[in-house]
Amino acid sequence: MSPVLREQLLLLPEYLQGHLALTFAALGAGIAMSVPLGIVASRSPRIRHPLLATVSLIQTVPGLAILALVVAMLGGQIGFLPAFIALTLYSMLPIMRNTVSGLEGVPAEVVEAARGIGLAPRQRLWKVELPLALPVIVAGIRTAAVWTVGMATLSTLVGASSFGNYIFIGIQTRNLTAVTVGSLAAAALAILLDTLIGSLQWIAERRAIGVGLRELRRAIVLAVTLSLAFAMALVFTLKPAPKPDFIVGGKPFTEQYILASLLAERLTAEGFLVEQNIGMGSDVIFNAIGSGTVDLYVEYSGTIWGSFMRREGNPGRAEITEITQTFVRERGLNPVGLAGFQNRYALAMRRERAEELGVVSVQDLAPLASMLSAGGDLEFFGRSEWKRLQSLYDLDFAQELTFDAALMYTAVEAGQVDVISAYSTDGRVAAYDLVLLEDPRQALLSYDAMLLASSAAAQDPRFTAALAPVLGAISDEAMREANKMVDVEGRSVSEATAYLQAIINKPR
Amino acid sequence: MIELIHVQKSFDGGASYAVADTCLTIPRGELLALIGESGSGKTTTLKMINRLEEPTSGQVLVAGRDVLEQNLQELRRNIGYVFQGAGLFPHHNVARNVAAVPELLGWSKELIEARSREVCDLVGLPFDDYARRIPAELSGGQQQRVGVARALAARPDVLLMDEPFGALDPITRAGLQEEFRRIQQELDLTVVLVTHDMTEAMLMADRIAVMQGGELLQVGTASELLNHPTHDYVTQLMEMPRRRAERLERLMRAAE
Ligand SMILES: Nc1ncnc2c1ncn2[C@@H]1O[C@H](COP(=O)(O)OP(=O)(O)O)[C@@H](O)[C@H]1O
Ligand SMILES: [Mg+2]
Repeated sequence: MSPVLREQLLLLPEYLQGHLALTFAALGAGIAMSVPLGIVASRSPRIRHPLLATVSLIQTVPGLAILALVVAMLGGQIGFLPAFIALTLYSMLPIMRNTVSGLEGVPAEVVEAARGIGLAPRQRLWKVELPLALPVIVAGIRTAAVWTVGMATLSTLVGASSFGNYIFIGIQTRNLTAVTVGSLAAAALAILLDTLIGSLQWIAERRAIGVGLRELRRAIVLAVTLSLAFAMALVFTLKPAPKPDFIVGGKPFTEQYILASLLAERLTAEGFLVEQNIGMGSDVIFNAIGSGTVDLYVEYSGTIWGSFMRREGNPGRAEITEITQTFVRERGLNPVGLAGFQNRYALAMRRERAEELGVVSVQDLAPLASMLSAGGDLEFFGRSEWKRLQSLYDLDFAQELTFDAALMYTAVEAGQVDVISAYSTDGRVAAYDLVLLEDPRQALLSYDAMLLASSAAAQDPRFTAALAPVLGAISDEAMREANKMVDVEGRSVSEATAYLQAIINKPR
Repeated sequence: MIELIHVQKSFDGGASYAVADTCLTIPRGELLALIGESGSGKTTTLKMINRLEEPTSGQVLVAGRDVLEQNLQELRRNIGYVFQGAGLFPHHNVARNVAAVPELLGWSKELIEARSREVCDLVGLPFDDYARRIPAELSGGQQQRVGVARALAARPDVLLMDEPFGALDPITRAGLQEEFRRIQQELDLTVVLVTHDMTEAMLMADRIAVMQGGELLQVGTASELLNHPTHDYVTQLMEMPRRRAERLERLMRAAE
């Protein structure tokens, strides 16, 4: 087995457990809320409309947005809870809708007979209406189950582990093996769950026309076997889960995976029990440090300056570092120190193209810009740095196109765009033979990598001692090389981590 | 005893009446046939007796007490009801359908089983052959017989039957009609039997009530209706079986 595949498969129990726990908890809560609400809705047309409209509305909000909203409503809390709430909300529509239509589909003469022989309303519901509506309700649960398995992959982004970890980390680190393992695992889970609920549906359909249990033996055996398999998967993957001493977080891109892994290793070597929680967005993780749900991650001074402080202007590298550290302290985060490198935005062009046009700095680009097109990552054109770049150099490109980071590099490589907003430590800069254009007027900010810790962690002297060797030890070149190992050469994150460890441990 | 006192029922807030100002007394042990064409208000009248519908005005008494003042479920459990089109529970087999009311009344398992056997045999469905069959596997006639068995299972004093023999083949129907009449007299059951078949009404009923367009036209024994009809419609209805009998007799004589 290849080491890359083995590395991924070792993660399987943890992600499987996360995915199963989320799926079943959300589905269970979804059923527990939607079936009673569906019953109420079927009884009263006045309630039915607003209720179904509300859950339909929830359904139309993209899954990612629901997650973000729930995190915001919980005051920035990340992890299982927000993912669970979002998935539960998402599972409600098909179950509720099918409960209503299942109950409405019970033949009127059967309901009347039930009334006529003296069944009280509750007895009617339990003995007649629900058994007859059950096949339709179960079909709704089946739909919800498949959706939930799929959407649970997104919960990675709010810090709940699932097969989504494979997929998001895999995409960002260009690890096709991880993406494949994650997708196959999620698909297999969806198929198994669909089979289980499908067999329950089959049983319910036959029970609704009075077929005896004995004749349904085989379907029942299948359903029981699958249920046991799920239960066992949950139990066996359920770690005795000792509470970790520290949780190291990371944003969803290669450099962050490498750094999180590096920091986790240093803390582990010091004897701490460490958990990694990677894939959250900047806002989510920043707040999580403040609230102590994550203990350590690496943020960039320019990001704090531009995104969190919403400051404009560029007072220079030292000033920005100074001011941002004060800012995070006020927010209850604790700067441990700087890693040494900075990962800043820089305009980049293919070497060949730059030479052909005679461009060395952004200054040279300005007169040509009206004939060129620029590509940016998802944020770049919305940042104040871009505005400043435009005004300081009088830049006006013919076209501005927004890409996912990985696609942005392919676009410049293929000549679809002439200039991109590259990252200075990105391994792909070297791999695609790009040149970073000089910025003599300092339009672009400095982005020093800064270790931020929760208060609990920062107060522990062993914690800070374990991290001390990292401070100032990682140069731009070292970081770029580590990124390149993963992004370009297809090596694993742990190999890149080992490379940086060697540099840090080298006596200086 | 069942008593309807100036009972009216409107489904449209008084614009029209499905049942208009009806007075009717059915003494204990009587089998009353309620006859009329489709839409004349027979089913609605029947439903008001066990409160499946409530009268817009007037009063319905069962065993001397206003049905609106009785416990609804108790009232219904003590009245056997055979639904038009049987109304069996599709998810229960014959045994469980028949046992429905005794179960509600909390009878013991043994008692329920013994009674179910009795009533199934009574309606011509040998229990051992039919107990485990499901409604979907039965013909319309068989379903109706299960419906009758279910209504009889809890030994009610009052039985409401809505076209209970409609889907039976003629031979079974004749047999069951006679058999039912025998049981009814033996057990002294008070029965309201809705039908649109005058022959059935004349063969089975002590008295016949004729309805048309929601109005109760006349109530009386077959001979009263024959000899003193109060409406042309009653005359027409009563002549029908006689005319058919005469025609049949001619045909049969010619064939001999
Ligand atoms: N639930 C109801 N809502 C509105 N109209 C009804 C309802 N039930 C019966 N009707 C109307 O009342 C009239 C009598 O119906 P019904 O008692 O069923 O007649 P029958 O049993 O003699 O065929 C018909 O015009 C029918 O359409
Ligand atoms: Mg009718």
